[in-house]
Amino acid sequence: MSTQTENKDMYGIVAEFKNPKELIDVAQAMSKSGFSKFDTFSPFPIHGMDKAMNLKKSKLGWIVLGHAFLGFTGAIAMMYFMAVIDYPMNISGKPFFNAPAWVPIIFELTVLLSAFGAVFGMFFLNGLPKFNNPLFNVARFKKATDDGFFACIEAEDDMFESDKVKKLFEDAGATHIEEVYE
Amino acid sequence: MSKYQYVPEPALVKGDHDFSSLTRLITDINLRPTPKAWYLCMIAANSLLLVMVAAIGYLIWEGIGIWGLNNPVGWGWAIINFVWWVGIGHAGTLISAILFLFRQDWRTAINRFAEAMTIFAVMCAGVFPAIHVGRIWVIYWVFPLPNSMQMWPNFNSPLLWDVFAVSTYFTVSFLFWYVGLVPDLATIRDRATDKVRKVIYGIFSLGWTGSNRHWWNYEKAYMILAGLATPLVLSVHTIVSFDFAVSMIPGWHTTIFPPYFVAGAIFSGFAMVLTLMLVARKIYGMEDIMTNDHMEKMNIVILVTGSMVGFAYMMEFFIAWYSGVEYEKAIFILRATGPYAWAYWAMMTCNVLSPQFFWFKKLRTSVGFTFFISIVVNIGMWFERFVITVTSLANDYLPSSWDYYSPTIWDVLTYVGTFGLFFTMFLLFLRFLPMVALAEIKAVIPLADPHNYDEDTKEFHKPQVEVPKPQAEKV
Repeated sequence: MSTQTENKDMYGIVAEFKNPKELIDVAQAMSKSGFSKFDTFSPFPIHGMDKAMNLKKSKLGWIVLGHAFLGFTGAIAMMYFMAVIDYPMNISGKPFFNAPAWVPIIFELTVLLSAFGAVFGMFFLNGLPKFNNPLFNVARFKKATDDGFFACIEAEDDMFESDKVKKLFEDAGATHIEEVYE
Repeated sequence: MSKYQYVPEPALVKGDHDFSSLTRLITDINLRPTPKAWYLCMIAANSLLLVMVAAIGYLIWEGIGIWGLNNPVGWGWAIINFVWWVGIGHAGTLISAILFLFRQDWRTAINRFAEAMTIFAVMCAGVFPAIHVGRIWVIYWVFPLPNSMQMWPNFNSPLLWDVFAVSTYFTVSFLFWYVGLVPDLATIRDRATDKVRKVIYGIFSLGWTGSNRHWWNYEKAYMILAGLATPLVLSVHTIVSFDFAVSMIPGWHTTIFPPYFVAGAIFSGFAMVLTLMLVARKIYGMEDIMTNDHMEKMNIVILVTGSMVGFAYMMEFFIAWYSGVEYEKAIFILRATGPYAWAYWAMMTCNVLSPQFFWFKKLRTSVGFTFFISIVVNIGMWFERFVITVTSLANDYLPSSWDYYSPTIWDVLTYVGTFGLFFTMFLLFLRFLPMVALAEIKAVIPLADPHNYDEDTKEFHKPQVEVPKPQAEKV
C-alpha cells in the first residue's frame, strides 16, 4: 500500500545497458516475466527486437490499404464527375469515360494517398508528435539517440514493484538504474 | 594456385568507428559554427538564384517571346531542362527505395544525400513547366480546381498526367526523406546545447525517443514507402516520356520511350550524386562512410544504365528503318547528319562512349576520373534531351517550314539560374541537416548486430567469416 502512494508521480524505472545484445536479452526477460508496459530504446532498430519484446504485427499495412482504396476510388470518382457528369467535352472523338487515359492519374493518386497513410499512420500509431515525455527528464536518456541502450518499465504496469524491477535490471547487467518522475 | 578465390564483402564503414564516433562525425557538421567557406559558397549560389529570379521576372513581364522559340520549334530549353532535372532526381529515389527493397546496405551511406538531391532537382524541374505556360497567373488551371470558365482539365492529356505525376513524386519523396530524418533530427536535438537548436530540432523530431515499439512501426512504414516509391519513380519518367511519345511527331512517337527515359534518368542521376558526393566527402571528411567501394558500385550502375541508353539509341535507329515510315527514317538520318549533328555526336560521345571506360577497374576506382566522367555524363544527358526535343520539331513533316532553333540569353540565364536554386537548397541541407542517414548507418556496422556478441560474456567479437571450401569439380 505504502509503495503505491509513493509511486504516485513515478513514471517508471529506466536502466541503461552496454550494447544491443544486452538490450535484447533484457527485453526477453521483461516480456517473459509478464510485464506488458515496458519498452526498449536504441539509436537504431535492432534486429530481432520484435521477437524479444513479443511485439504484435504492425497494423500499419491496413491503414495504408485503406488509404490506397480511397485514392483509387477517389481518383475515378473525381474524373468521372468532372469529365462525364459536370462538363463533358468531346476531345478528338474519344469517349467521355476514357478509362485507359485515366490510368496514370488513378495510379498517381493511389500512391499519393497510400504514402500519406504510411507516414501519418506511422506517426499516429506511435503517438507522435509527443513533445513532453517523462523520459526526457533523465539526463542520461539523451544518449538513446547516440550510443545508449535503455530499457524502461512503466509504473502503470500491474506487476510493477520498484524492487522487483530494479532486481531484474541488475541481474540483466544494467550499468545504471534510475527512477523516472513525471 | 587455387581456381577459387574468396572475395569478402568490403566493410560498409571504414576505419574504427563505433556508434558515438559516427554520431560525432555526422552531426558535428550541424552543430559547430558555420564555416566561412560555406558563406562564400552561399553568396555564389544566391547570386545565381537571383539571376534565375531576374530571368523569370523579365519573362513574366515581357512574355515567352524573349526565349528563342520559333515556328516550328515551340518547345525549347524549358522542356529540355525540365526533363533533365526530373531525370537527375530519379537516382535519389532509386537509391533510397529500390536499393532498399534489394537489401543493398551500401545505400545507407548515400541515401540521405541522394534524396535531398532528388527533392531539390524536382524543385528546379518544377520551375520550367510553371513558367513556360505564358500566363503564369492562371497556372492553377492545371489543377482540377473550380475556375471562372467552369471547365475542368483534360484528363486525356499527358501534360496533365505530368502535373499529377511530378507533384505526387515531389510529395512522396519529401515524406520519405522526412521520415528518414526524424530519428536523426532527434540526435541533433539531444546533442544541441543552445536553446534555438533545441527548440527547432525538437519540434521537427516530433519527440522521437528511439523506442523499439516505435521503430517497429517505423520500419514497416519505411518499407511500405519504399514499395510505393519504386513504381512511382518508374511511372514519373514514363509519364514524362508520354509528353513526347503520345504525340504524332516523328522521332517521338515510339514505344521505347518510357524504359529508355527511365534508364537515362538513373544514368544521369547517379552521375549527379557522384559529382556532389565526391566534393562533399572531401570537404566534410566523410571518406570513411562514402568510401571508394561506394563509388565503384555507383560507377557500375552508370556503366549498366549507360549501356542501356546506348542500346536504346541504336534500337531507335533500327525501328525507324524497320517501320518503313519515310518521316521516321528521315528524322533519324537528319539527327546524325543534319543541322544538329554536333549535338547528336556530343550526346553519343558523352552517353555511349564515356561510361564504357568503367569496364576497367583502375578507372572506376579512380576518384579524379570518376568525377570527370560524372560531369561528362550529365552534359551528355542534357544533349540527349536537346536532341530529342529540338531535332524532331525543327525538321518536321513540311520542309518549307523547317527552321533552326537557337536559345537566347534568357534561356541560358534561366537554366544557369536553376543551379543557383539547387545549390542554395543543397548548401542549406549540408549545413542544417545530417547528410548521412545516421540511424541507418549505425544499424549496418558489425557492432549493431546482436549476433556478434558472446552469449555468456556479452562482449563484442568480430564476426568470423567462414570461407566455404571449394567442392571438388565433377569430371
